[in-house]
Amino acid sequence: MSVILLVEQALNGLQFGLMLFLLASGLTLVFGIMDMINLAHGALYMVGAFFAAWLAPIVNSFWLAIVLAVPLTALVGMVLESTLLRTLYQRDHLAQVLATFALILILNEAVRMIWGSDMSLPTPKALSGPIELMPGLYYPSYRLMIIAVGLVIAVLLWFLVTRTRVGALVRAGASNREMAMAMGVNIRMLFTAVFGVGAALCAVAGALLGPLLAIQVGMGDSILILAFVVIVIGGIGSIRGAFVGSVLVGVVDTFGRTLLPHLFRELLPPQWASAAGPAVASILIYVLMAVVLFVRPQGLFAARG
Amino acid sequence: MRSKMLVAALAAAMLGGAGAAVAADKVKVGLVSTLSGPNAAIGNDIRDAFMLVVKLNGGRLGGLPAEVMIADDQFKPDVGKQLFERMVKRDKVDFLTGVVFSNIMLAGLPEAIEGNTIYLSPNAAPSPIAGKGCSPYFFAVSWPNDAYHEAAGQHATNQGLNNAYLIAPNYQAGKDSLAGFKRFYKGKVVNEVYTKLGQLDYSAELAEIRAAKPDVLYAFLPGGMGTNFIKQFVAAGLNKQTRLLLPGFGADQDIIRGVGDAMLGLQDTAHWAMNLDNAANKRFVAEFEKEYKRLPTGYAAQAYDTALLIDSAVKALNGKLDDKDAMMKAVKAAKFESVRGDFRFNTNQYPIQNYYLREVQKDAQGRLVNNVVSKTPVMANRGDAYVQDCPMK
Repeated sequence: MSVILLVEQALNGLQFGLMLFLLASGLTLVFGIMDMINLAHGALYMVGAFFAAWLAPIVNSFWLAIVLAVPLTALVGMVLESTLLRTLYQRDHLAQVLATFALILILNEAVRMIWGSDMSLPTPKALSGPIELMPGLYYPSYRLMIIAVGLVIAVLLWFLVTRTRVGALVRAGASNREMAMAMGVNIRMLFTAVFGVGAALCAVAGALLGPLLAIQVGMGDSILILAFVVIVIGGIGSIRGAFVGSVLVGVVDTFGRTLLPHLFRELLPPQWASAAGPAVASILIYVLMAVVLFVRPQGLFAARG
Repeated sequence: MRSKMLVAALAAAMLGGAGAAVAADKVKVGLVSTLSGPNAAIGNDIRDAFMLVVKLNGGRLGGLPAEVMIADDQFKPDVGKQLFERMVKRDKVDFLTGVVFSNIMLAGLPEAIEGNTIYLSPNAAPSPIAGKGCSPYFFAVSWPNDAYHEAAGQHATNQGLNNAYLIAPNYQAGKDSLAGFKRFYKGKVVNEVYTKLGQLDYSAELAEIRAAKPDVLYAFLPGGMGTNFIKQFVAAGLNKQTRLLLPGFGADQDIIRGVGDAMLGLQDTAHWAMNLDNAANKRFVAEFEKEYKRLPTGYAAQAYDTALLIDSAVKALNGKLDDKDAMMKAVKAAKFESVRGDFRFNTNQYPIQNYYLREVQKDAQGRLVNNVVSKTPVMANRGDAYVQDCPMK
């Protein structure tokens, strides 16, 4: 495998990881602070993507559609939180799983009723082709843009959580909810705000991935599994953990898919290699999760002590 | 006294027998399909196209009032099996049809066969039922599972494309599809890649394809996987370097809706297209669009043909729906104007038909449509590779 291919795959892994980060950061905050398992997080990702695909032809701008889709999705998230999910905080995790699973089904069918089962969001013209990063290395410009946006948002989130008063409240809530409440933090407002931010990040991910992935009903369900893997690896409630976990999952998955089949072909007879390569590559991130759980059961950067 | 009793009994028996042979007053069809969840669009197309025939016939099939029982298999084989059982045993339907996916169809089919009920497949036509597992109760009105892939392989050979790169999900149908492609492909297969079922991101695979520089890339990635792959393939600029070839359902109207303009110019192989020039097809496309305000997919065309086939068989039986042998003969005769043009059933009751090269183009209204580019088929009167294993004659 050449150097160019290695660099390209590293970029692919980073890009995939950063998109997972946008989903996982919201999920980990909700899980960490509110102690709430929200399976419907992926459904908000879908709602964000559909908002963007619906708005793009109306406002006739890809970028404006994303800018509008983000607050709209945040609004949907906050309405859901203040009407429905709030009543679940006191319940046990099983009740939360059941209720938010029902919410997935409801949101899926609602989206189908409003927009149909799939939509398309074309890549903006300026970013539609690949660009030459170094001699022989062509990389899709759209994916480069995603990497840039993902990094900017990661830095902003880091700043928000570690350098601002709101961030201090969030961290306090994540590490000890009862104590934070006892100290007079308005948990209700904080929860709604966190949920809104989580939904907004979902919308950014959904809209940005729209030109690369299918915008269809149920699109959030499969990617949610990966987001859960990320927060288990990174540690629940930790933004830093979500970042490291996401990039780790993205890179391990990408390199696993490309390097493992090569490796197996060198080491094993061909009929075994062709069967084992794809099979092992597809479970690699779960192996990673199992190893992390074995070595550090609380995740790499757990928020709770 | 005894003889009188005997006469009465005989009369009753004769009347009873005559009663059975008397024409039925309606035809009952059970339609089991995937009508909810991510794959509902396909099931909806099958249901809508089938019901379109019933509607155009004024609620009748073969001259009899049609009662179509529609049920959702929820994309679950066990649910599909239960529905088949209910429709065969309780509702006593005359025909069963509708299923999209082979795994669900294969779960339900034994119920139909044991209950002596004919199943007409509007889509799934797996190879085991074409060969050793063939049954007089099973008719594939669509195309054998390998057929599109075989035609794609044949087309690549015809075009003199010497290096092929193949990609499919890592499951049985994925492996079968690439085997089908290779059956008629004479060039060199550079690499065969099996990806995870349901994979979202294909950047890693696309990077390898770019490095391998194949002449042709054949991708069997059904549903959302195909949408993802095609979008990313075009975004990576690979469409300027490598020719992407798809199976017909991989470039159908549902995929086009999801991908958008990036589909323009992509080629695929199929047995039907909206622009196939025959009267039945023109009527089908126009009526479907008028009724449902969208363009039909290949699935819709297959379901429409299925309904026409039932219509023709019931007509030929003069409504005598109890005679199963006559019914099978009437179905096998396939005496109707198919939207795909002429076709006939092989001994295994899978179709022998033409496969064409199609290309995604813009029509007069600027819409993306998948049209046949040449009236000369890529494969003419092609059956399947399994028929010799089927004991039926």
